[in-house]
Amino acid sequence: MSTNTNTYEKGQVVHTPTFIDGHSVDIPILKILQQDGSVYDGAELPKIDQELATKVYKTLAFHRVLDERMVAAQRQGRLSFYMTALGEEATTVGGAAALEPQDMIMAQYREQGALMFRGFELEQFMNQMFSNEKDLGKGRQMPIHYGSNELNYMTISSPLGTQIPQAAGYAYGQKLQGLNAVTICYFGEGAASEGDFHAGLNMAAVHGAPVIFFCRNNGYAISTPSDEQYKGNGIASRGVGYGIKTLRIDGNDILAVMKAVQWARAYALAENAPVIIEAMSYRLGAHSTSDDPSGYRTREEEAKWQANDPILRMKNWLLAQNWWDEAQESSLFEGLRDEVLAAVKVAEKIAKPELRELVTDVYDDVPQHIEKQYQDLVEHIKQYPDAYPVTSGRLK
Amino acid sequence: MAQMNLLHAINNALDIAMAEDNSTLCFGEDVGFFGGVFRATSGLQEKYGKSRCFNTPLTEQGIMGFANGLAAQGSRPVAEIQFADYIFPAFDQIVNESAKFRYRSGNEFNVGKLTIRTPYGGGIAGGLYHSQSPEAYFTQTPGLKVVVPRNPYQAKGLLLAAIRDDNPVVFFEPKRLYRASVGEVPEEDYQLPLGKADVMQTGSDITLLAWGAQMEIMEKAAAMASEVGISCEVIDLRSLLPWDIETVTNSVTKTGRLIISHEAPLTGGFAGEIAASIQQECFLSLESPIERICGLDTPYPLAQEKEYVADHLKVFEAIKRSVNF
Repeated sequence: MSTNTNTYEKGQVVHTPTFIDGHSVDIPILKILQQDGSVYDGAELPKIDQELATKVYKTLAFHRVLDERMVAAQRQGRLSFYMTALGEEATTVGGAAALEPQDMIMAQYREQGALMFRGFELEQFMNQMFSNEKDLGKGRQMPIHYGSNELNYMTISSPLGTQIPQAAGYAYGQKLQGLNAVTICYFGEGAASEGDFHAGLNMAAVHGAPVIFFCRNNGYAISTPSDEQYKGNGIASRGVGYGIKTLRIDGNDILAVMKAVQWARAYALAENAPVIIEAMSYRLGAHSTSDDPSGYRTREEEAKWQANDPILRMKNWLLAQNWWDEAQESSLFEGLRDEVLAAVKVAEKIAKPELRELVTDVYDDVPQHIEKQYQDLVEHIKQYPDAYPVTSGRLK
Repeated sequence: MAQMNLLHAINNALDIAMAEDNSTLCFGEDVGFFGGVFRATSGLQEKYGKSRCFNTPLTEQGIMGFANGLAAQGSRPVAEIQFADYIFPAFDQIVNESAKFRYRSGNEFNVGKLTIRTPYGGGIAGGLYHSQSPEAYFTQTPGLKVVVPRNPYQAKGLLLAAIRDDNPVVFFEPKRLYRASVGEVPEEDYQLPLGKADVMQTGSDITLLAWGAQMEIMEKAAAMASEVGISCEVIDLRSLLPWDIETVTNSVTKTGRLIISHEAPLTGGFAGEIAASIQQECFLSLESPIERICGLDTPYPLAQEKEYVADHLKVFEAIKRSVNF
């Protein structure tokens, strides 16, 4: 039999209507690193040594360079679409750096930093963006929809928030199989308005799934500012309602990100329970290359956040630790720029996937009705090869 | 062999599936201790524990999202949506996620181990929201398989096949027959093939095609037709996606006439798809127009349910129209 454990009777008893305010929950915000590279007094650092710190910083640098170069490539018409994570890189690189390789990452779409940290190669990013035949996703999704089974990075899905209840289920499976692994689930403050957010957090809490919900509150959902997205105390306040351990952090502070995620991972595994982290940050770039923020926000606002650059903040810390110097800095960035440019040139010349990939993977095998449609299409393309130049030349 | 009703047969299939693979999980609203509102999961929590058979919060999109995540992780979820009428909050998770998981990732990930069970159809005085047959919304979604059993024997064999199939399957259970349909069912493990129709009765004058609870109606109409000297071939399609065009084509080539019947409304129903395909395959064999006997294009009624449904009399009239065309 089941038991009803409603606990409302524990509340304070009042005899006149005494409503509480929507903002009455006071949510602490974790800050460890200041912009000048110094650490706040009394701050507890995450587990990090010079080797890890250098790897994290090099990943951040790669991220910044790739984003800059790919926006330029899109402007030149070489790429259909791109999304940068300018200003938010610490949330994803720091998150991945705080996890173990067996932990699943279920991202929204602006989390390429986590994938970079896991070791996705520059060529793999390029192959996906140019939808060529070497793309792991077989050229089926728009640029930036990466995924890698080997690296435990779930393939991106455009519909917003769908990964949130999925992460709850994924983590529940990890728990049942005793895998010593958790799932981290990224999403934005805009996606948190989707029904799947509510569904996912409630399912994870009720079923004790070891999942870290990581909200990148970057202030905007395309053009809609966060104060038109919700009226509560951010996204974190909702965690309290679901009975989930909740923390807000400075999302531009990579040490705070790492500290929070390291703590969350240990807690989720030990307690078989979810955690929610709300990282306050700012989307310094456009939503995507199809968007122009000058129509909906001011230069002054952007400048304020440019001064909070998370990568510069980490660099300042590394310099203060004597783990980094300016010579290393310039050689790293110059090298990366050359590498990215060269990789673009290679990837854009690689052939598109063969026509057959149009019909594979709909099911485990190609069923008869799709096979017939495919054969009809092949005959049609053979009749008009010039109209379908990308695939016609390679048909047998 | 044992006498089982359709619920027992489903429960028996779930029991076999959970016993053979400890990553098989059954969950949904009231599915745990209570065994589901229809008792399809009765006794499973007791046998396999609360972590493998459990209640979920009241959130269909949450159930399906959770199930997708589990399947992607390598578990074998059998998720229940309490009534097919309530599957729509989960529509995005099924249509945009389950169905496209393998394709969009280039097979880096898939949810092939997922099965969705849901009771569908009328005949229980359920009105608008406990009677619908939403199968056609799913048949237009590549990546899904759609299966509907007609009796206990079919239900057990098809459900075991669906659970073991390496593609996400939406399994519609005819709830009107849950207790009403009783038959011989082997207690041991067996499977029936997905994607294959079943010729229940051979005949020479006309082909009657349907699925699920509607098969009873077709058999009744065929018996009436037989009394007036019309020989009907009765086919249970069983799988709607992919569907067995070959068996239907062979039958219609022989009989020259086809009636398709479903509970769902006429317009946009799956009968339209079958009619279009069969007129193309059998154009020169057809002796009369293909008829569709379906629900009206209205919401599912309560007080006028009897008038609304595609019953055996409507099918019988269509048989005569077709034969006398």
